[in-house]
Amino acid sequence: MSDTLPRLLLRNAERWGDGRVALREKERGIWRETTWAAYLENVRRFALGLIQLGFERGDKLAIVGDNRPEWVVAELAAQALGGASVGLYQDAVAAELAFVIDHSDARIVVVEDQEQVDKLLEARSRIPRVKKIVYYDPRGLRSYARDTLLPFTDVQRLGDGVPTGRFAQELARGRAGDLALICYTSGTTGEPKGAMLTHENMTRMAGNLMSVDPVGERDEFVSFLPLAWIGEQMMSVAAALTVGFAVNFPEEPDTVQQNIREIGPHVMFAPPRIWENLLSTVQVKIEDSPWLKRRFYDLALKIGYERAARAFARARPGALGRVREAAADVLVLAPLKDSLGLSRLRRAYTGGAALGPDAFRFFHALGVNLKQIYGQTEIAGISVLHRDGEVKFETVGKPIPETEVRISDSGEIVSRSPSVFQGYYKNPEATAKSLRDGWLHSGDSGLIDEDGHLVVIDRMADVMTLADGSKFSPQYIENKLKFSPYVKEAVVVGQDRPFVGALVNIDMANVGKWAETRQITYTTYTDLAQKAQVYELVSRHVDRVNRELPRAAKIARFVLLHKELDPDDEELTRTRKVRRRFVEERYADLIAGLYGERAEILVETEVRYQTGKATVMRVPLRVHTMEHERVA
Amino acid sequence: MSAQFSAADLHLRFGGVVALAGVSIDVERGEIFAIIGPNGAGKTSLLNAVCRLYRPQRGRITFEGRDISGLAPHRVAKLGIARTFQNIELFAGMSVLDNLMLGRHVHMRSGVLDDAIYWGRARAEEIRNREVVEDIIDFLEIEHIRRRVVGTLPYGLQKRVELGRALAVEPRLLLLDEPMAGMNLEEKEDMARFVLDINEERGVTVVLIEHDMGVVMDISSHVAVLDFGKKIAQGTPDQVRADPNVIKAYLGEESEAIRAAERAVAAEPVA
Repeated sequence: MSDTLPRLLLRNAERWGDGRVALREKERGIWRETTWAAYLENVRRFALGLIQLGFERGDKLAIVGDNRPEWVVAELAAQALGGASVGLYQDAVAAELAFVIDHSDARIVVVEDQEQVDKLLEARSRIPRVKKIVYYDPRGLRSYARDTLLPFTDVQRLGDGVPTGRFAQELARGRAGDLALICYTSGTTGEPKGAMLTHENMTRMAGNLMSVDPVGERDEFVSFLPLAWIGEQMMSVAAALTVGFAVNFPEEPDTVQQNIREIGPHVMFAPPRIWENLLSTVQVKIEDSPWLKRRFYDLALKIGYERAARAFARARPGALGRVREAAADVLVLAPLKDSLGLSRLRRAYTGGAALGPDAFRFFHALGVNLKQIYGQTEIAGISVLHRDGEVKFETVGKPIPETEVRISDSGEIVSRSPSVFQGYYKNPEATAKSLRDGWLHSGDSGLIDEDGHLVVIDRMADVMTLADGSKFSPQYIENKLKFSPYVKEAVVVGQDRPFVGALVNIDMANVGKWAETRQITYTTYTDLAQKAQVYELVSRHVDRVNRELPRAAKIARFVLLHKELDPDDEELTRTRKVRRRFVEERYADLIAGLYGERAEILVETEVRYQTGKATVMRVPLRVHTMEHERVA
Repeated sequence: MSAQFSAADLHLRFGGVVALAGVSIDVERGEIFAIIGPNGAGKTSLLNAVCRLYRPQRGRITFEGRDISGLAPHRVAKLGIARTFQNIELFAGMSVLDNLMLGRHVHMRSGVLDDAIYWGRARAEEIRNREVVEDIIDFLEIEHIRRRVVGTLPYGLQKRVELGRALAVEPRLLLLDEPMAGMNLEEKEDMARFVLDINEERGVTVVLIEHDMGVVMDISSHVAVLDFGKKIAQGTPDQVRADPNVIKAYLGEESEAIRAAERAVAAEPVA
């Protein structure tokens, strides 16, 4: 029943040939189409070229770059030859790339452009096994005379020298149980681990997901999140091949928003930060708009919120309600959705982390069917999701078919399904820890509510206890803080401390705009973050958040950080999750200062420029104590 | 090897003010040539004289073996010389795309009537011009602002758009007047990379005026130093850096006096 991913491609190419678009990429201002037949042809030629380069069954092909057709072509070519692809995050620094490439034993690396080539050359002593680097954007690489480097099209041309029958033979040898990809999870702790997933893992997950939430073969999907991430693999490769919908690749990372609008996708899958960004964009633009527009927006959104609330309670609207809602839709909500490119959207998913209920409610008010999904890389991405019409903010929904989810005696969420991974590559200890008797141990604590929905509380290890013994979930508070367009990131602390404190990153774009309209001048991020008015602004928001928090969990003090938390500084993972342990260690002095007596903390920070030069700055950071909160 | 471009003995006066007093430079094909000097040294006047916005009273300018001293500015552009300005000179009310398409003007052949009907040659030409412009948009990484009105863009991006318009001319010689002025470090790095790529990938000769010495010394193969309308030094970055005339022009005369005073103090016996 299950098949390999490249054989699904063959099936689709036989079924639709040149009659239907499989991939689309915007290039030089025009959406350029690749049909199913051309897609297969590209994969075939690249696969044959890989054979010429010495790629063998069981080999790994590392791939790093923005989302482009070449990325998935390279992946499927490797899989067609019985190999596995290893996706890397394109913004990873040289050392991170080198670690994963070396650990995965890849001998050929496919990269996008000069930027990635430079990183690999910088780290070449640490990746001795790599013998070929294949690139698909030649810009700036002309002067790189090295025999390890060759362009993507040259590999395809090499392939033209191999009899075409070889491709079909290789394809026929593939088994559904073969390794298809190794997905390295950055993890919020420690070194990356490579989760091994088979073709069957991927196709079964896609089949199960599609049986709950069908996507039509004529639907559109925009692929804009890193293809190294399991969520993007799941949609752009596994589900797209299973169903046959079209995958669209944006022109550049900067144009994603415009490109989404041009395509008008029917289904979208994004981590919370993307939804939070969308929300902030709307909020800021509305704040900038004239009084009348603002009034209309407020009014329509209020009606939207009521409709959403009623839908969640499964009540029917009255006649008057229907008229009001239709008016709100026509006048405000539909045009707003259109401007975000969400008009045709039937389903939208958020996953990878928790999205705050306020953001959730906002999208439902607009009429976007946003649903939470839950899963791990180790279970091919998705194991649990909201069913249509059964969205509950505080839950992540119900397991997809063929999937069992239960809560272990220690309160941990464990699951079992045909999509559970084969273990971590070359890491049996880690495998033994998370895979016990076929059950995947998530490390998340959770419970199952009266409707059978799974509720995720927090990472098991993250739930914190104050000195007086009261427990709180830092993530829950952080999500509330991040609902403000002015807050980009927040780290809540308080383990064994007398009260809850927060390190807050302001959103430079939005706070900058806010400051400009109030004629507050500033120079750098640090300068802006330390303005008294900005502290006032954030403190008003913290006050609102505090009102919704239980007494013990109220934020008593906060600091606005002098720099943005950055994956390059290892403070965030490549999927932009806070690496809590690391941040707490790195900012130990600052956190100690939060619980001290001083109103200002002096921090030393090293600033590294692109040139490699570094300087140490000493900046004083204000500590803001909330009024009315207990600071004992 | 003869120079691709040379200006010989240029004299330019505005009434009693002498902007250029016998300046000569020779620029070789494929190099990056920098012109530096204190404020009012005549750097921009030199560029303006080259592309014929100013008319020098004396001197000869040759480009690829041809005397261009008497040509009108638009003829100079047609020969393959493009420039950017110190203070951005774009059409602020038009989109980025339209500004770049305007840079293609020198390459347009079809007449008003052809363009009105937009058929045959005019259409083919428009498509070809758009392809060139899209290449530049890709090259300068400004896809995201293609349709934005230039006046609403931040300064650094406007500078990049102006560079794009100069590139749309498909020049063989590019004159850049302070391409990095007013930019932060990161923007400067980006701009320096673009200039290098233009030079290497597209084989365009670049003459640039720049105040940031770090940039000048890093990317240019030859440097000419102007002071009060005269060229006081020329050579490789290292030669120029060590030239006593240059040090004097930049640090001024007093510093000489201060140093003399310091020497005198140091020589005095300690009581």
